[in-house]
Amino acid sequence: MLAVDTLLDHIKLWSTETLIILIKVVVVFIVGLVGTMLMVWFERKVIAFMQNRIGPNKAGPKGLLQTLADGTKLFFKEDLIPDKSDRFVFKLAPYLAFVPAFLVWSVVPLGGNFADGRDGTVKILGKATKLQLADPPVGVLLLLALSSIAVYGIMLAGWSSGSKYPLLGSVRASAQMISYEAALGLSLATVILVTGTLSTNGIVTSQFSLSRWSIIATGVVPFIVFLIAATAELNRPPFDLVEAEQELVGGFNTEYSSIRFALFFLAEFMNTITMSGVIVTLFFGGPQPLKIGGNSNILSFLGPFSGTVWLLLKVLVFLYIYVWFRATLPRLRYDQLMNLGWKLMIPLALGWFMLLAFFRVGQDEGWNRWVVGIAGLAVMGVCAGLLQLASKVSARNREREGAMF
Amino acid sequence: MTDIVSTIRGGNDPEQGLKPRSEITARELLREVGAVLRMSEADAAKLGDIPVDPSEDQTMIINMGPQHPSTHGVLRLMLELQGETVLRCKPIIGYLHTGMEKTGENLTYMQGGTNVTRMDYLSPLNNELVFSMATEKLLGIDGDIPERAVWMRMLLSELNRMSSHLLFMATNGMDLGAVSMMIYGWREREDVLRFFQKVTGLRMNHNFIRPGGVAADLPEGWRDDVLHLLESIPPRLDEYDVLMTGQPIWRDRLQGVGVITQAEAMALGATGPILRSTGVPWDLRRDQPYLHYDEVEFDVIVGSYGDAFDRYAIRLNEIRESIKIVRQILDRMPTGDYRIQNKKVTPPPRARIDESMEALIHHFKIFTEGFKVPEGEVYVAIESPRGEIGCYIASDGSATPYRMHVRAPSFVNIQCLPHMMRGGLVADAVAVISSVDPVLGEVDR
Repeated sequence: MLAVDTLLDHIKLWSTETLIILIKVVVVFIVGLVGTMLMVWFERKVIAFMQNRIGPNKAGPKGLLQTLADGTKLFFKEDLIPDKSDRFVFKLAPYLAFVPAFLVWSVVPLGGNFADGRDGTVKILGKATKLQLADPPVGVLLLLALSSIAVYGIMLAGWSSGSKYPLLGSVRASAQMISYEAALGLSLATVILVTGTLSTNGIVTSQFSLSRWSIIATGVVPFIVFLIAATAELNRPPFDLVEAEQELVGGFNTEYSSIRFALFFLAEFMNTITMSGVIVTLFFGGPQPLKIGGNSNILSFLGPFSGTVWLLLKVLVFLYIYVWFRATLPRLRYDQLMNLGWKLMIPLALGWFMLLAFFRVGQDEGWNRWVVGIAGLAVMGVCAGLLQLASKVSARNREREGAMF
Repeated sequence: MTDIVSTIRGGNDPEQGLKPRSEITARELLREVGAVLRMSEADAAKLGDIPVDPSEDQTMIINMGPQHPSTHGVLRLMLELQGETVLRCKPIIGYLHTGMEKTGENLTYMQGGTNVTRMDYLSPLNNELVFSMATEKLLGIDGDIPERAVWMRMLLSELNRMSSHLLFMATNGMDLGAVSMMIYGWREREDVLRFFQKVTGLRMNHNFIRPGGVAADLPEGWRDDVLHLLESIPPRLDEYDVLMTGQPIWRDRLQGVGVITQAEAMALGATGPILRSTGVPWDLRRDQPYLHYDEVEFDVIVGSYGDAFDRYAIRLNEIRESIKIVRQILDRMPTGDYRIQNKKVTPPPRARIDESMEALIHHFKIFTEGFKVPEGEVYVAIESPRGEIGCYIASDGSATPYRMHVRAPSFVNIQCLPHMMRGGLVADAVAVISSVDPVLGEVDR
């Protein structure tokens, strides 16, 4: 079929295979929902400690059920639809934001046995399968496609509200998310170049030792670009211009209330987790254990769950980083965001991709590694200088034309 | 129904609003923009790029406020946007108008403090101080205020400057998206307010500084409390430096934003940190010394670019200067009376009322009728955290002012908004409002 899972090769209705797939669907769905719930709690709690506050502590032990309480409250709130809105699109938009956030989970390897270069297959009910819902050969492209679709949710939400602040938010959203997608894709391309596969499972499998982790194999820069671009793609501070409470009131979701607002809220937090999962998968070996020196898997006592625990730990680091960003950094201005995206992120990601490609060619042709490195960096430097010059000239021309008032 | 709709569309006074570009004439635009921006007619005429056909009108008028989260209360700005660029801005005020100046005409001088303290609710003690000083000047007792009362007034007004600027740090951070800063600023301000509560009994709206002195003596252990404040706040300010001043995003967001030149600021009557940010070293504490400000050492902080970053840096460093002043006040705080021993102005202590018929009469007269103030008019100005706060009182010889007017620095300063916002982005507009730091209670009075 789609070759997304070896189980599907000889599928029969009402067989063990179907049962396993159903279980996996349910597990991924529940992991997604519960994870989001815990993420909201985690974020509020961590940010509260950073700000000398206590944070949620009333609903459930340590306030764990706060999100559930908030969700229930929102569910029973009156659902307002503005008069001037485009009703159909207004109702559709939250789902366009919510569903892609969920779907990304299906291609993230959630665990499995990757020890000694194994490909992560485990045996469930006597059948060999992978601990991920689907492993399409174009997994990475699916990720990019889904994150593109999520833009529509936000853009259409603002546009269909028929109100000015959401409109500004949605205009910002479309520009921001599309321009940072380019940087995201380019830095992702370096990972594909190094690992040589588009399948997420393949990417994880190829990162079997610390030196093969993509963050090191691609030379850190793509990871930094990816992290920044992902933050922008998620609309999280310091790139949360789309919502920008202090400027646009609530941005694209100003007019949303009740469960529709809750869906946007959920989607945003779920995106944060999925994006952390994706970063870990692409750059940090996903469920691969961290092996320092001769030490093998220090979590091996957990048996078959060690991969999942490793993934969880790594994801938690990134979730913490995202919360930390939010607590520390002021928001960028729209033009500064665009400058950062177009003048720094995209050229840097592209240049680095070319450099790595150049290295590959040099390796194949047997050229001197140092010569290749120096030549590559020199070309990059010249290009950076040219870019700088170009942007300076155009800035001067713009000034000469004068802004219209 | 049409009435309601037209009322909503035009606001209470349609003339107040900002008209779309397609509906105004060049002359109107010139008058509106030129006057606010202090431009020559030739410059203003260049702005009159008005499309004849309404469909060519590419701009959008957007209402920022009065319910917008970052307009510091109920300020309403009508912005004309092209894309995200602000072309014109018109502040519309009056949403918090409670007729406090008029109320002041019906309150005795003794009660007046409770009224003025609610105007600039972030620096209530400065409001009380200026009102008390004006009253004392009318009474002719401004030279007889006991030393301890004068130094106490200075102590409180400097601590109030600190608490007000700390709140600015909080709101400025919040408006730019640094949400943690909001909590940090409030945390430090809370420490100062706790001291106020100990001294005056209230966190805000103290009515502590009154004509003739202050309401009560400093409580026991006040010196340790102040010393504790002076020790705990400077390291926190250094933390702000790390979190914000040196932060590249923070600098990018504030530097070069909301620029105003010296001449413009002076023409618009701006005072306080806004005027000082343009490099004019104008601080009433030094230039028209009142209380004992001429006896303490402090620097007047000035900026050089007149942008939002300068205004931020000035306020941050003014907190440090205030700390310096408070240290000197601690060293020089004399002992003695905390209010003037004048039977007509100061109510007698509770114990005296039981013993003396005369004291009972004075007490009764002061609290029912109030004390009479000689005919005349007076204007007293002091430096509040926001600029020159002035109190004008015209007395007809009765126990209530004939007219009481407060020159509110925020009211004058928000005139600069259209000027500072021009050509900026929506995000800059928020940074500019924040850097002007208006208190709407004071703007509308």
